Amino acid sequence: MNFEAIVFYMFAALIVFAALGVITARNPVHAVLFLVLAFISSAGIWLLLEAEFLAIALVLVYVGAVMVLFLFVVMMLDINLVRLREGFWRWLPFGAGLAGLMAFEMIWVLGSEKSAGSAVAVRHAADYSNTKVLGRLLYTEYVYPFEIAAVILLVAMVAAIALTLRRRKDAKSQVVADQIAVKKADRLRIVPMKSARNDQ
Amino acid sequence: MNMDLMTNLMPASPEIFLLVMTCVILIADSLIKQSGRLITYMLVQLTLMVCALITVGTHQNGVAHVFHNMFVDDLMSDVLKLLTYLSVSMMLVYSRQYLTVRDLFSGEFMVLTLFATLGMMVMISANHFITLYLGLELLSLSLYAAVALQRDSAIATEAAMKYFILGALASGLLLYGMSMLYGATGSLQLDAVSRSIHSGTANNTLLVFGLVFVVSGLAFKLGVVPFHMWLPDVYHGAPTAMTMLIGSAPKLAAFAFVSRLLVTGLQPLVQHWSGMLIILAIASMALGNITAIAQTNLKRMLAYSTIAHMGFLLLGFISGDQEGYGSAMFYAVVYVLMTLGSFGMIMMLSRVGFEADNLSDFKGLNQRSPWLAFLMLLLMFSMAGVPPTVGFYAKFSVLNAVVQSGHVWLAVVAVLFSLIGAFYYLRIVKLMYFDAPESHEPIIFGQDTTLLMSLNGVGLLLLGLLPGTLMSVCAVSVQQSLLLH
Repeated sequence: MNFEAIVFYMFAALIVFAALGVITARNPVHAVLFLVLAFISSAGIWLLLEAEFLAIALVLVYVGAVMVLFLFVVMMLDINLVRLREGFWRWLPFGAGLAGLMAFEMIWVLGSEKSAGSAVAVRHAADYSNTKVLGRLLYTEYVYPFEIAAVILLVAMVAAIALTLRRRKDAKSQVVADQIAVKKADRLRIVPMKSARNDQ
Repeated sequence: MNMDLMTNLMPASPEIFLLVMTCVILIADSLIKQSGRLITYMLVQLTLMVCALITVGTHQNGVAHVFHNMFVDDLMSDVLKLLTYLSVSMMLVYSRQYLTVRDLFSGEFMVLTLFATLGMMVMISANHFITLYLGLELLSLSLYAAVALQRDSAIATEAAMKYFILGALASGLLLYGMSMLYGATGSLQLDAVSRSIHSGTANNTLLVFGLVFVVSGLAFKLGVVPFHMWLPDVYHGAPTAMTMLIGSAPKLAAFAFVSRLLVTGLQPLVQHWSGMLIILAIASMALGNITAIAQTNLKRMLAYSTIAHMGFLLLGFISGDQEGYGSAMFYAVVYVLMTLGSFGMIMMLSRVGFEADNLSDFKGLNQRSPWLAFLMLLLMFSMAGVPPTVGFYAKFSVLNAVVQSGHVWLAVVAVLFSLIGAFYYLRIVKLMYFDAPESHEPIIFGQDTTLLMSLNGVGLLLLGLLPGTLMSVCAVSVQQSLLLH
């Protein structure tokens, strides 16, 4: 077993451990942190495949932005752990039985043939740039799905605004145009008063 | 270079036009002051009409593959796209008044509808696992948001939540299956996958393993047993207009999805997937038809009837020949027309603060409005598959294909469950004609809705009397588009 294989198995084991942690952690904050670990380990495996750009994007976008946001949400929500755990033991035998059955079937089917997944990753020269290849593919061969993915993001934006923007009828707000266009007569009222001297 | 670009863009011009117009409408809606969103509504209808003209205008004989074989333009895609525009346009006519009185007829709703339409078109023209998946996500994401638009209703929010979570699970299953197929064949392109399987170089175990996940994902999206749990809750919980949006045109896209994926991509595995589809179809017809009897809510009843109909639709695929696929396409088209009519009827009988979605709301409809009662009778007869209506021919052509492929017992089972199903459709007819009405509120609706409903109901009867044209359109488009190896 060479060094590369050792690194691969280490990362793979970390992913499995972290994924188990996500679903078994009692505290949702811990679960999110386990998910971060799983993402970083996956990024490590992508690095092994010479996909540096994807690995860095995964860390930057998922770990740096999405999961931090997620962590904020989890910390802000008042999650009742007792209620979350309700029915855990009642459904455990059913769920575990089903999961065991599926795992058994998958091992049985995929383990019966040795040839499955024995492809070897292609090695590239030192000046090979994964980012360049990825960019070229994305804007030539995959331009159609790339555009559709952009439309999906637009839909997500429209949906998010439509679902959260709530115009309240009783809300008070400033009308800047009216404020600027205001005249002296609108604000100032001159009240004629007798001066004190006249009284004397 | 320029010619090359044009040949690439021409077949996709309806999609491009729709996307541009959707963005224009999105901006125009927020800038133009209007009452009742009339201008936006007219723009949307105009867009759909122009899309139809472009689709007809750019039609060419034969099959065109563009965008590095990711996009396919053939007769089936053109026919299905035209029907999609038609059913989305009908959906908007039916739901305008219903949504306006509920303060839901917003620009966002129409924009999301157009995005969903774009998603369906992408699915219909997909020739690649990635475009299939992205089209499906574009459609689903728009539908999730449309269901959740009624934010003050707890039941609609719950429906959107269930739809979203189970939809995400289904997408996961589908993607996992697709990645397995990619691993086995080394290609994401549907015809290349098919060639690779056909040549026998692919690992068969891995293929079947991936196929199980793909079929499960498809079953989730179609809502067939045992992946149907989301469907009754979503149909019931969503505002009726959104239910109509989910239940109508997306079924055409679903037909395209199944035929592209299973026939264009995985036809060499037909003996594997037809076995799975038989189980799904029988379970759906049994559960859908029997559970529908116990429902008192019409939307819920129609949801279970959808499950049964989707099971019936899958029967068209199990024969594994072009006649079967053609009959499945005919069934999908007819089903969409019936769904539009029956949800349209619920919306016509509803008024401010009142949903006519209980069976008892249809009591004595004949005394309140004989014409509407007659149209509803046609719709229910068609759903049940009673002879003069087109529903009969749809069922008949599917059964014919099933019998010809040698599964006589399956046809017998399907007929038995259809007979059980006829009970709950005919119960509505009984309620309308033989029971006393519970309310005497006048039924008020616009002339456009009445006209469309009349056309819809009578159309089902006329198509039933003269089913030949539509049937041959379906048969020919399947023959030209789904090439078997």
